[in-house]
Amino acid sequence: MFKQKHIVSMRDLTRDDVDFVLDYAEKMMPCAKAGVRLLQSRILALLFFEPSTRTQLSFDSAMKRLGGSTLSLTSEESSVLKGETLADTIKVVGEYADAIVLRHPREGAARMASEISSVPIINGGDGAGHHPTQTLLDLFTIKKESHLHDLDIALLGDLRYGRTAHSLVYALNMYDANITLVAPEGLQMPKHIVSTLDSVRLTEDIDEVIRDVDVLYVTRIQKERFPDPNEYLRVAKSYRITLPVLEGVRDNLIIMHPLPRVDEIAQEVDQTKYAKYFKQAFYGIPVRMALLAILLNGAT
Amino acid sequence: MIPDKDKEELRVRSIRNGSVIDHITAGNALNVLRILGITGISTAIVSVVMNVPSKRLAFGRKDIVKIEDRELVPAEVDKIALIAPQATINIIRDYEVVQKKLVVLPDLITHVVRCPNLNCISNSAEPIYSKFRVLDSFVLRCSYCESIIDSDIATYLI
Repeated sequence: MFKQKHIVSMRDLTRDDVDFVLDYAEKMMPCAKAGVRLLQSRILALLFFEPSTRTQLSFDSAMKRLGGSTLSLTSEESSVLKGETLADTIKVVGEYADAIVLRHPREGAARMASEISSVPIINGGDGAGHHPTQTLLDLFTIKKESHLHDLDIALLGDLRYGRTAHSLVYALNMYDANITLVAPEGLQMPKHIVSTLDSVRLTEDIDEVIRDVDVLYVTRIQKERFPDPNEYLRVAKSYRITLPVLEGVRDNLIIMHPLPRVDEIAQEVDQTKYAKYFKQAFYGIPVRMALLAILLNGAT
Repeated sequence: MIPDKDKEELRVRSIRNGSVIDHITAGNALNVLRILGITGISTAIVSVVMNVPSKRLAFGRKDIVKIEDRELVPAEVDKIALIAPQATINIIRDYEVVQKKLVVLPDLITHVVRCPNLNCISNSAEPIYSKFRVLDSFVLRCSYCESIIDSDIATYLI
């Protein structure tokens, strides 16, 4: 039984909760394109105080596929510009909508919103903090395209600042995955997260692990993290996934990426059977439909 | 020459009514005052003794704070555990110890330390107080942004 009222952090969810959402998402699969009238006359507010393409559009799409409708607000058009606190905005919007998706530049914003909101809050990303619906759709992708049981996975790129990577390893640990973290010096995953993982290996060399994993999860390395542009170019090149890098990988390897990508995965890889990142983006719809149906209709 | 016993008494005079916080980790007496909201403008009579010999504490040194005419309540006592987990609190009435308390680490502390993450919502103009889950002695996790404080807690005291 799913007891959460809000979706703020993966830390709030038990393995049973996650399994429940993934099973529900599976039920939503046939409806993700055809639609189903589960949330007729219900309204979802999309409060995005930071730009987002995929998260905002996919929640919008998910709610409409369920027969509901959406209200959108961005910081440029909100009364935040007049000095209103987020707390007040949440209280007011809770009077207009049945649930709120919140993206905010400050870490912990969704947690605060969940403490004061009368309607369910779904964290659509809070600063460098959490993005739990991304993690759930990542898990769903792994379940659909690979397997969650006895999984060998490598996460590659900026593991220090990348919020998707933090939430994902936390969740993968619930499934006893064998996790390899591949990151250049300075962008390695914070120790307080690594220390909570049961089976983890750290390396800087992708070549060392790429042939031993079922899933390769690639994240973007941001240029602004490097004081020296030449150092950035060197690191970015050594972490780029191209066809030669993929030689000798497991036949059933899947490559994932939360998107947007810049050039960390070469376009030529898109044509291979390994590339699942666009499929991954699609899985955001059934997963978010499942979450909305569970939070607004109750878990049954 | 003044005998050693009398020297001790001169240093730490007994109080008639109030609270004596003993066995504070050496160097933390002023942080205890901060936690209790005792500032330079307080009118309370406060005695602070630092770096006196202690058999019980590591490094053989401790601090003591005596606050006259104020009996500490449990919520205040437990905050002290954050920086001085071995402290004891004696409540004094008419020169007698009427109650002896050990500090207990609380599960949750509100508005005691500030989040080290400047981008945390608790460091903004929102109408909320900082809130930390106490994971262990000297290890706190922000209830909002989940940042960890595992060293120098005293530097984050509000």
